[in-house]
Amino acid sequence: MGHGEEDAALDPILQGLIQAIQLIISGDPEVYRITELSLIVSVSGTLISCVWSVPISAFLALRNVPGKRTIKGIFTALIGIPTVALGLSLYLLLSRTGPLGYFQLMYTPYAIIAGQCILVTPIIVSFTTSALESVDPDVRTLARTLGASGFQTDALVLREARWGVVLAVIAAFNRAFAELGVAMMLGGNIRNVTRVLTTAIALQTSMGDIPLSIALSIILLSIVMTLSIIVSLARRR
Amino acid sequence: MTSPSCLDARKISKRFDGSVVLDHVSLKAHVSRITSIIGVNGAGKTTLLKILAGLEEMNDGFVLIDSNEISASALRTHSTMIFQKSIMISGTVYDNVAYGLRVNGVPSQYIKEKVRDALDTVNLANFEKRKARKLSSGEQQRVAIARALVIERKILLIDEPTANLDPANAMLVEQTIKSAARSRILILSTHNLAQAKRLSHQVIHLYKGCVIEDRDAEDFFTSPHDEKTRLFVDGELQ
Repeated sequence: MGHGEEDAALDPILQGLIQAIQLIISGDPEVYRITELSLIVSVSGTLISCVWSVPISAFLALRNVPGKRTIKGIFTALIGIPTVALGLSLYLLLSRTGPLGYFQLMYTPYAIIAGQCILVTPIIVSFTTSALESVDPDVRTLARTLGASGFQTDALVLREARWGVVLAVIAAFNRAFAELGVAMMLGGNIRNVTRVLTTAIALQTSMGDIPLSIALSIILLSIVMTLSIIVSLARRR
Repeated sequence: MTSPSCLDARKISKRFDGSVVLDHVSLKAHVSRITSIIGVNGAGKTTLLKILAGLEEMNDGFVLIDSNEISASALRTHSTMIFQKSIMISGTVYDNVAYGLRVNGVPSQYIKEKVRDALDTVNLANFEKRKARKLSSGEQQRVAIARALVIERKILLIDEPTANLDPANAMLVEQTIKSAARSRILILSTHNLAQAKRLSHQVIHLYKGCVIEDRDAEDFFTSPHDEKTRLFVDGELQ
């Protein structure tokens, strides 16, 4: 391939990149609307999942639960669940003729949130359980000899494992934020209603709108990476 | 609650996975006296202390405080234990020393003053804001002592307090132990004979989970009754 041909091949990518940066800097309303909805949906899905995932982890890590290893193994295996398979299962449940069709959640952000809650539960449970189990067991003994109750002892262990728990939550958020299957199948990628970053990227790419796809990808990557950097810096302090 | 003046452990036995760790161990410890439990590694010293601290269940036996039988959970309200390995919780020295006060419901306005006093006692004034896990092992052990003293339990159980310390830190820790014993029942586990000699009023020799000698410190070291104790004192018992 000659120099001229290489330049021609690079040209659309470069052009796309330049236009993408312009879209971000100019505050394109479409780009910001999609980003805002993505953040709302993924943050909600992750935080709602924490409501049950963290207590499940605490129960698994801090109590003698029969079949603990099997339960942990199931959660670990579910981390890799294909998002389209989960999306399809929830589609069958939530569609108008499905058992939960009465709630009319299909093609709303609530359906995506519900799907992402389920999607990230195994991640939070597995990572948080590991974080809690890695706390020095002597910390429990120490708490008890200083007069802590069972609950206070568990709270101390949770406090000692807090960075592990934060990392679990961040990993869960990243998974929710970057997934496509659930958002596409349950949200339907409806403009201004359920269009999130990943579904928009897929759509714009298929439509040939490369600059917008690149702009959205840059935002997606920036948010994921910024979050990880913030956590890493905070941890060092 | 009146301060207990005597801890009386009777026929304590403990088994782990079928092997006997403590076999009908009895001992009496009194307030204002330091009772040392000595013995080679694996003799059962730490397990005995953990039982007396209410941290480990015994298989047989019972514990009396001032002639009243007491459960493991009640033992925890009377006692606290300092471990050979200083366990620091994350955060500052202040967080560590204040932890016991907080969980015991001490009003926050008193906590600051009590922490400061406790740190003064162990020569760690102005260490409040230092990260506990970044201190030297000697400093960490002194924080652990301050943390135990500040909750003012009347029974103090200390497991090999100077095992990993340099002589200067060991001396500071010993001074603190001596002053803490004035108003407490203090039981110390050590395999450091010189330390037991310096600190103790009473010495108990634990060998393979059994008490083989329990006497006043002076007699213990000058004229041991048991042959194994004599060998141990002479440094010949492995």
